[in-house]
Amino acid sequence: MSFSEFIDMHDRGFYVWSAYGTTLLIFVVEIALVVHKRKLTLKQIRMMRDAEGEQ
Amino acid sequence: MAINWFKYSAPSTFYALAGKLAPWFAAFAAILFAVGLYIGLYVAPTDATQGDAYRIIYIHVPASILSMFIYLVMAGYAALGLIFNTRLSAMMANALAPTGALFTFIALWTGAFWGKPTWGAYWAWDARMTSELILLFLYLGFIALHASIDDPRRADRASALLAIVGSVNVPIIYYSVRWWNTIHQGATIKPTGVSMEATMQKALLAMFLACWAYAIAMTLWRVRSIILERERTTQWVQEMPEAK
Repeated sequence: MSFSEFIDMHDRGFYVWSAYGTTLLIFVVEIALVVHKRKLTLKQIRMMRDAEGEQ
Repeated sequence: MAINWFKYSAPSTFYALAGKLAPWFAAFAAILFAVGLYIGLYVAPTDATQGDAYRIIYIHVPASILSMFIYLVMAGYAALGLIFNTRLSAMMANALAPTGALFTFIALWTGAFWGKPTWGAYWAWDARMTSELILLFLYLGFIALHASIDDPRRADRASALLAIVGSVNVPIIYYSVRWWNTIHQGATIKPTGVSMEATMQKALLAMFLACWAYAIAMTLWRVRSIILERERTTQWVQEMPEAK
């Protein structure tokens, strides 16, 4: 099977790759959001501790 | 040596455990996704009636099963939190909700791209699809309700009730193809066996385990942030090396 045949999926490539492409995008966005949330939470804890230290 | 499982019901000990387990589940997910996609998209034969459009099954079916299963686990944790007032249970329910909602969206989205070439329509107000859409709204309702109440413990209780009541929708989704005349096909995986060719079964199993491992990894990573956020005034969080 050639690469173009693999991508074409017997004329069903649009449906197959749209389904898998969107899933990949969703996974990437979810991972990025989880990483961002952790950074944000750690930053808030540091800020809170610093604010308490100044008082 | 017996393991004291109750030890891990404390957020501080579970935080460390989740941190150790999550990378392993993520690694398993990556390997299984690679194997499942290779077999499912390249090795497995073309379906005799649906052509290559059937290959969407390898993400659609695992996502659909997980969307229902995660909801039941979420409702179970929410109920535990409501009955026993355990802090970690509510945190776990909150950590599961976004991943469950995303799997529900993936199930609906991939189903639409499978429906168009096989049924001629991206969407139909069919019993299976409509009840799965209601599941997405239940997840979004759970997340929105929790976010709309400032006091976390009150938010836990209110959203727990919604999760428990909403769990009645899960058997409706599962049995909808039996109870009503729908255009959606019957279950591929049944207690009596799987009605698929052997290579297709291998791909489906690998993708199912990959999605499972991915969901666990995401939940464990998310619950760590939730634990930190809600325990931020405690000494163990203040003294944590990552927060310095």
